[in-house]
Amino acid sequence: MTRPLLELICPAGSLPALKAAVDHGADGIYLGLKDNTNARNFSGLNFDTKTLAEGIRYAHAKGAKVLMALNTYPQPATLARWHAAIDTAAASGIDAAILADPGLMAYAVRHHPQLRLHLSVQGSATSYEAIEFYRERFGIQRAVLPRVLSLAQVENVITHTDVEIELFGFGGLCVMVEGRCLLSSYACGDSPNTFGACSPGHAVRWQQTPEGMETRLNGVLIDRYADHEKAGYPTLCKGRFAVGGETYYALEEPTSLNSLELLPDMARLGVAAIKIEGRQRSPAYVAQVTQVWRAAIDAVKRDAGRFKPHPAWMSALDKVSEGSMHTLGAYYRPWK
Amino acid sequence: MRLSLGPLLYYWSREDTLAFYRDALTWPVDIIHLGETVCSRRHLLRQADWLELAEAVAAAGRQAVLSTQALIESESDLKALRKLIGWAAQWREDGHPALLVEANEWGAARLLARAGVAFVAGPTLNVYNPDTLALLADMGARRWVPPVEMPRDMLMAMRASPAWPAGMQTELFAYGRLPLAYSARCFTARHYNLQKDDCQFRCLDHPDGLTLATREGEDFLALNGIQTQSARVMSLAHRCDELRAAGVDILRLSPQSRHGARVVAAFRALLDGTLTPAQAHDRLTRLMPAAPCDGYWLGDAGMAWLARTVAHDLTPTPEELTP
Repeated sequence: MTRPLLELICPAGSLPALKAAVDHGADGIYLGLKDNTNARNFSGLNFDTKTLAEGIRYAHAKGAKVLMALNTYPQPATLARWHAAIDTAAASGIDAAILADPGLMAYAVRHHPQLRLHLSVQGSATSYEAIEFYRERFGIQRAVLPRVLSLAQVENVITHTDVEIELFGFGGLCVMVEGRCLLSSYACGDSPNTFGACSPGHAVRWQQTPEGMETRLNGVLIDRYADHEKAGYPTLCKGRFAVGGETYYALEEPTSLNSLELLPDMARLGVAAIKIEGRQRSPAYVAQVTQVWRAAIDAVKRDAGRFKPHPAWMSALDKVSEGSMHTLGAYYRPWK
Repeated sequence: MRLSLGPLLYYWSREDTLAFYRDALTWPVDIIHLGETVCSRRHLLRQADWLELAEAVAAAGRQAVLSTQALIESESDLKALRKLIGWAAQWREDGHPALLVEANEWGAARLLARAGVAFVAGPTLNVYNPDTLALLADMGARRWVPPVEMPRDMLMAMRASPAWPAGMQTELFAYGRLPLAYSARCFTARHYNLQKDDCQFRCLDHPDGLTLATREGEDFLALNGIQTQSARVMSLAHRCDELRAAGVDILRLSPQSRHGARVVAAFRALLDGTLTPAQAHDRLTRLMPAAPCDGYWLGDAGMAWLARTVAHDLTPTPEELTP
């Protein structure tokens, strides 16, 4: 069996987004169900059994895979919901389930041994020792790495495990290790781990004041914008705060990850797949980003030595980036 | 219930750190955590120093637990982890009193299971259900620390589950600024416009973290290198009876730079019944580096201060809010 190289994995928060990804060249699409069993639990988003069936039919007809994220942490009172979601996933004919919780993996292996398992980024596995734990116990075939490792560290992981490695390529940037961030629940009670969303919409307030537009999360002032500034969504790690008498983006700027220029390195390291973030984004975003990354990955596969990020690609990506800015994130060591 | 001193989350000078543990050996705690859990660049105490401290802890009749780094990034991080686990295995072979290791990510749990060393499943393993805890018990976990966001009702549902592993001890984070998040980025270095690789060890200047406030002056978080903490101090002393009823075996008190002995004494008196929960809380608010919070325990926002069931009104006075 040949190992996959730079498969393009694109987000779908709806059927139109899934179709846009498939039509623009995604090798795989990831999606979730309409509840807190996945880490994009936002209202109006995600799939029910009917749209799931249609999405799988559409993707498979055009040779694309469908992966289902079941990547929050099941809790005792509602464990049955996660088990039912695994059963739904297995029965639906998806190509893999993306899980974070070992207990849920044990359930999947016991009841659906044929179901291919990927380790979600929410599993916070940053070393091959951790990845090997999931392989030995549950036979996971792919792991999505948190956005914290430099490329040299990614290489070290890849050389020490047979598990396929998927990296984030583009989209919203978590500055914290995924699965290890409770800032959202500290401020408003709901965390990605248990509720499936960070800085959830129900806790967000926008208010025009004499000082400017204020964005709040459960009453906590995340940022305040002057008239000439564009107010962003109050994701709490991307607000401006005061530390030691200085007000600045203390944790991270409102910026997106864009690692497109690193594609030749990723090809050389044998990265199996590139993940595009953004299940909460529009079908137009998915179409645009998928199209650019398809072209770039094809170019790298043709001739990695002569690959150069096309200026038109970069400007197209910047247009859909948070704050119209991008960064190489942790792949580039000085970012840390 | 027993008392445990959690791992030191901050970076103090070598002298201050050794003095802290010299004192702690005389405090009425049952368990003392040792080791660097936050940042591999912090080197004023080497692993050999921590091991020496572990011997001193055991000699003082306390249980020593070596706590592992929560975020493993490099091969040298893994080397340090393997060495630490090797020591724990060696201690057991030598017939020393058992030295426990706290696994703070799944790579450590795997290596401990392989080495056959009993361990503590740390708070960053993300154990939210009894199935995952039962798996850890099979691997050799004897004790677990729930994620700091776990509410009382979830903990009670875990314990009531048929999958709950018999004999598992529960250690709850009961006092201290809450460790909330980990990053590849060092926020303390960022504050000083330094890169992580050349951080000049600025954490040394912030022995209880560097407070981050909102633009309207509300203390919100505390920067501690790559770790982000709550600005407020989680305190559950006033809910002591509930903790006992929920089956909590051990209360974890997280080290702070000042008043450590008095914090431990307040909790000891609480457990011994010489202070009521409300009295213990009154005393603790005077020892905290910031205002208290307890929201997570009741399933609310972690930063909330609810204190509903306490005998009298415990809303902090303005004096208490300004330490």
